[in-house]
Amino acid sequence: MTLGLSLGIIVGYLLFALLVGLVAYRVSETTAEDYYLASRSFGTFVLLFTTFATLLSAFTFFGGPNLAFAAGPEWLIVMGTLDGVLFAVLWYAVGYKQWLIGNRHGYMTLGEMLGDRFGSVGLRALVAGVSLLWLFPYVMLQQMGAGEALVGLTDGAVPYWGGAALITAFMILYVVLAGMRGVAWTDTIQGLFMLSVVWIAAVWVLSAVGGVGAATGAMIDARPEFGTFGGGTYTVGFIVSSAVTIAFGVTMFPQINQRFFVAKSAETLKRSFALWPVLVLLLFLPAFMLGAWAAGMPVDVPEGANVLPVVLNEYTPAWFAALVIAGAMAAMMSSSDSMLLSGSSYFTRDLYRPVVNADASERREAWVARIGVAAFALLAFVASLFRPGTLIEVGSTAFSGFALLALPVICALYWRRTTRTGMVAGVLVPQVAYLAVVLSAVVEVVPTLPRTVAGGWDVALGLMALSALLTVGVSLLTAPTAEGDASRFAVAGD
Amino acid sequence: MSRPRRDILWIPTFALLVGFAVPWPLWGVDRVVAGLPVWIWWHVGWLGLCTVLFSLFARSGAWERGMGLRPEADEDRRESPVAGGDRP
Repeated sequence: MTLGLSLGIIVGYLLFALLVGLVAYRVSETTAEDYYLASRSFGTFVLLFTTFATLLSAFTFFGGPNLAFAAGPEWLIVMGTLDGVLFAVLWYAVGYKQWLIGNRHGYMTLGEMLGDRFGSVGLRALVAGVSLLWLFPYVMLQQMGAGEALVGLTDGAVPYWGGAALITAFMILYVVLAGMRGVAWTDTIQGLFMLSVVWIAAVWVLSAVGGVGAATGAMIDARPEFGTFGGGTYTVGFIVSSAVTIAFGVTMFPQINQRFFVAKSAETLKRSFALWPVLVLLLFLPAFMLGAWAAGMPVDVPEGANVLPVVLNEYTPAWFAALVIAGAMAAMMSSSDSMLLSGSSYFTRDLYRPVVNADASERREAWVARIGVAAFALLAFVASLFRPGTLIEVGSTAFSGFALLALPVICALYWRRTTRTGMVAGVLVPQVAYLAVVLSAVVEVVPTLPRTVAGGWDVALGLMALSALLTVGVSLLTAPTAEGDASRFAVAGD
Repeated sequence: MSRPRRDILWIPTFALLVGFAVPWPLWGVDRVVAGLPVWIWWHVGWLGLCTVLFSLFARSGAWERGMGLRPEADEDRRESPVAGGDRP
């Protein structure tokens, strides 16, 4: 009975989210600019929440509390710093600049913008290819998160693959049926819903265990090191590397980066920027603290399950626990849709059209995009069944891969002397090196290369520095090509 | 100092805001205040401070000047012709 109720709520909620997307689709126009960018018409509220909801992924929702449960509440500090502060600064430095440039020249993707600036189809395709490569583990992460969430909620009655398959099916359905407008609408609803529900959950659980003081007291009794800042997993190297790689990585995520082009006015970007730290904190504080407090609660978290559903199941009624998980899964679905949607625009606009078939009709392009999305999501689903790491590990890998793009892009945005060869070297070399590190852990015949050095410092941080050095160094050694045009990135009118 | 010169101060301000969002001075501290470890309160307060300073930055005109734009020209900017020449 309870199992049926939980599953009913989850499937019902996912269907509801799908319905909202369909309504949004009905009001949208059929142009590519509308499908991918909702005609650049987002106001503050929608932009803020659609960006916010895109960050609401399994990484935040399940990965974060799991890590706080296992290693301590410092994860709140790491995520708050990188997302609330560092990302906000990059929102201005990268996002506003891109918005100004995109508004002048009508760009829709990062690759398109860079390809045009440097007069290079190759660079355009390279940026799109690299982005799609790292998008893959991140989509996979959502499927893993959904699988683990349903295991936790139903106490194993729904197998891991079942949850992963459920979200995959909804992801594909959704993105094929609605475009950016649909995604943005559900993002806004889900952002608000999750924000409210996670606070209700925190209050509910806290009142059951006797308040904040009692929860923290029990946590420290069970794990004394949780009350102390730093130590254990949280070395200086870990905190700095995670914060830097994830924050820079987030700006290069296709679904986030594309949102830099969708604001209606600069005013919209400004307001979102200022509200960002508080909004982020409002979500992270209850979510991660619930994970950390769970360490002092008499709950039994099964192997391979997420901690949050287990805690909710223990202290709140079954319908409420199911509602939170449904909300989280719907939020994950909509972030995955944003990813897949942006991924498909990268694929069709920056790879398929310029490289494979320049004369494809709009109709054909739309079909290529949809088939591409379905294939991508299905492959990620298959990969998610192997569970190559924890949610945080898989997520960090993807973020670091994207982070390696960030410094060359920033260099191109602000330094007129950047050359095409400099960009290609700055993007390609660190990517190849990082891919070697990541794959060496998966492929058995080669020795595994270290991911961190000297107590938690991520090698990706070193590779980020390398990417900047190569971009600047090679640019200084080479001459700008005739096809390049630095004035494309000029934003001042005089 | 003139306004554009004073804008330079935003760079170290942002650096400080990012750097100390992590409560480094409380490294190893285990005091609990009002139900939560004291370093969590630091972080909560700090992000509140960020929002205040960020909105100050956005409203003061430094937002536009940082990109080489004139704050008041922001709305007409899109209508103005693209300067800087076309492809060489």
